[in-house]
Amino acid sequence: MEQDIRVRKIKDGTVIDHITAGQALNVLRILNLPSGSGATVTVAMNVPSRKAGVKDIVKVEGRELRSEEVDRIALLAPEATINIVRNYRVVEKKKVSIPEMVEGVLGCANPNCITHVEPVKPRFRVESRKPIRLRCIYCERIMCEGEIAGQF
Amino acid sequence: MREMSREEIEHILNTAERAEFRGDMLQGRVMCTLFFEPSTRTRLSFEAAMKRLGGEVVGFSKPGAASLSKGENLTDTIRTVSCYSDVIVLRHPREGAARLAAEVSDVPVINAGDGSNQHPTQALTDLYTIRKEHGTLRVRVAMVGDLKYARTVRSLGHGLAKFGARIMLSSPPGLEMSPELMEELEGMGARVEVCSLEEAVERAEVLYVTRIQKERFPDPEEYRKVQGAYRITPELLEGAPQNLVVLHPLPRVDEISPEVDHTPRARYFHQVRNSIPVRMAVLALLLGVV
Repeated sequence: MEQDIRVRKIKDGTVIDHITAGQALNVLRILNLPSGSGATVTVAMNVPSRKAGVKDIVKVEGRELRSEEVDRIALLAPEATINIVRNYRVVEKKKVSIPEMVEGVLGCANPNCITHVEPVKPRFRVESRKPIRLRCIYCERIMCEGEIAGQF
Repeated sequence: MREMSREEIEHILNTAERAEFRGDMLQGRVMCTLFFEPSTRTRLSFEAAMKRLGGEVVGFSKPGAASLSKGENLTDTIRTVSCYSDVIVLRHPREGAARLAAEVSDVPVINAGDGSNQHPTQALTDLYTIRKEHGTLRVRVAMVGDLKYARTVRSLGHGLAKFGARIMLSSPPGLEMSPELMEELEGMGARVEVCSLEEAVERAEVLYVTRIQKERFPDPEEYRKVQGAYRITPELLEGAPQNLVVLHPLPRVDEISPEVDHTPRARYFHQVRNSIPVRMAVLALLLGVV
């Protein structure tokens, strides 16, 4: 009940729930929201959660986010769930999953990687999901959890 | 080398060994060498290999002479050069340069060294030499020296791991192989252990000595700390097993004393000679003539 007052229901759109506490604003940055989208975005941080103690929630009104868009946030919030809402009802619910390739979100941690000086988007192959380890497809250097989180 | 299969490596080595090359195989084909970093051996060896197959060579060996000095990026340089040539050989100080080049090029790109990442044709030459010397790649190889920055170590490690070799590592403090690479080599099939130089000499069948990569040190003071930290001498090799051979990707500075050159263990100049059939095989296979 208390939660309903803090974060009101949306009619249509996407609710990203169970975001790791403190990561909501980074999640918005990854999703490039709300800039340019025109969507109304509500952010709730440190919301009490039975499972995790506290969590963040992001609600995007009037826009259904595609899987490939939201999967990118799994790098920061691996436990997040995506709820698609139509007419106040959740019609689809799924967990985020880390994609095979990560593109356009991170820079390579290797300062001597070619991606820092050429007009190319850094791309990473996911080598391991738990713990998260990404390999730059150009310089082949591995990026670990700390290096990934440090970029947000 | 990470992505090459054991079968692909064997195919290249077998092609080099069969040496069924003809002097007109690549007649009318052009190889472009783009060396943004200095090189003697690799560039000349590629050029010699191409010419022995009847091909032509264009290119540069000084980045100052390239349009890069006018501000052109690598991507545009590669796109342009791929219009002139049938194959590109690229050396670049940045890691990942060859991969990027291969993405934007219309013709095959051979990585002749990208920063401290990879040097695959050197590794193929090393594997070819080891197989020639020992008849197998399932050998005990001690890698000695700069295991942090040397790209030849990384590439050879990947190649050896695929054949189940035992890899011994001996390096001065601060130049150790990264734990990620050690773990990766083990995951690929190698048995990896860290040892002293003396242990390496006592038990290895191949002593793979590397130069300390002075040019890759971010701090010159760090280089001075490890400069001259190891040296292979005839005395050090006295108690070594009969079949131990000494390899080095060259150039050397002071890590192998010249007296070792006259011992039957010294195989580094054989290695240089072996680079020709290996690079001929790579060129011939890439251009589809064998």
